[in-house]
Amino acid sequence: MTSTTASWESTRSDILRKALSIGVAVAIYGVSFGALGSTTGLSVPQTQALSLLMFTGASQFALVSTIASGGTALTAIAASWLLGTRNAAYSLRMSPVLKVTGARKLLASHLTIDESTAMGLAQDEKLFEGNASRLAFWSTGLSVFVLWNVATFIGAITVKAIGDPKALGLDAAIAAGLFALVWPQIKGRHTLTAAIGGALIALLLTPVLPAGIPVLASAVVAIVIGWSWSKQVDV
Amino acid sequence: MWFTVLAGALGCYALKYVGAAIPESFLENPLVKRIVMLLPVSLLCALVAVQTFAADGSLTIDARVPAVGVASLVLWRKGSFILVVLSAAGTAGLLRHFGLAS
Repeated sequence: MTSTTASWESTRSDILRKALSIGVAVAIYGVSFGALGSTTGLSVPQTQALSLLMFTGASQFALVSTIASGGTALTAIAASWLLGTRNAAYSLRMSPVLKVTGARKLLASHLTIDESTAMGLAQDEKLFEGNASRLAFWSTGLSVFVLWNVATFIGAITVKAIGDPKALGLDAAIAAGLFALVWPQIKGRHTLTAAIGGALIALLLTPVLPAGIPVLASAVVAIVIGWSWSKQVDV
Repeated sequence: MWFTVLAGALGCYALKYVGAAIPESFLENPLVKRIVMLLPVSLLCALVAVQTFAADGSLTIDARVPAVGVASLVLWRKGSFILVVLSAAGTAGLLRHFGLAS
C-alpha cells in the first residue's frame, strides 16, 4: 500500500501500473462482449456504440443477453438502466473528490464505473491534496475505456473470444482485484458493517431477484448504518 | 436495434451524470455525507460477493471461491495488487485446467 512518505513519482507510477493492469484484465471481457454482441443480432457499429456510449460492462452484457434470450427492446433497455443505477451512487461519492466542472464533469461522469470508482477511493483522499485519488480515477477510467473499446472491436469483427476468460481465471481475478481496492476503505466498525452487510444482503437476494437488483439492494445497508451512526453521534 | 442501443446508453449516461450533478452543498448534511461515504463500500462488497458466489441467479461454490480466498490471504499478508489479482487468476485457472472445480 502507498504510505504517506512515498514520493509523488513512486505513487504515480504505482497508480498508473494498477490502472493499466485493470484495463488489461477487463479487456479480455471486452473481447467476449464484442463477440457476444455481434452474434446476437447487433451489427459491429451497434456493438461498438454500446462500449463507446454506454460504457458500463454490466449494463452492456445485460442489454445484449436480454436480446439474445428473446427479450423485447424495452426489457433490454430497462435491464441496462437497472445495472447502471449503482453508477449514480458512485458519481455522487466521487464528485467532492474529483472537483470538476463543465466538459470535464461530463467526461468524468462517462468514466464513472466500478473500477475507476474503486481505484479512486482506494487511495488516501488526503494524499497529495487529493491528487492520488484523482489520478487513480482518471487513469483507471481512461485505461479501461480505451482497452475495453479496442477489445470490443476485436471481439466484434473476429466473432470469437481470445481464449475463455474463465479458463484464465479472470472472473476470479476481477472479483479479487475489486476486493483489493475496497480493502483500504474498510477502516472501523461502520465501514466493516457496511461491507459485510452489503455482501450478505446481495447473496441472500441473489436466488430470488433478477441480476443487478441484489447488488443495488445492498445500498440499503449503507443507508441504515449511516442513519444509526449519525444518531449515535448526535446523542 | 439502434433505438435500443441509444436509449440504453442515454439512460446509463444520465444515471452516471445525475450523481455528479447534485450540488455539493447536498453532501454537507452530515447524515447524507455518512451515507454517501458508505454507499460504494456496500455496493462494491456486494459486487465482489456476487462475482464470487453467484452464477445464473443462484449461489454456487466453484473455482472462484478458493481463488478469491487465496487472493484474500495474499491481501492480508500485504501482497501487492498485481500479486492479489494474479493469485486469484492462477488459482481459478489451475483448478479448472485440472478439472478440480468448474
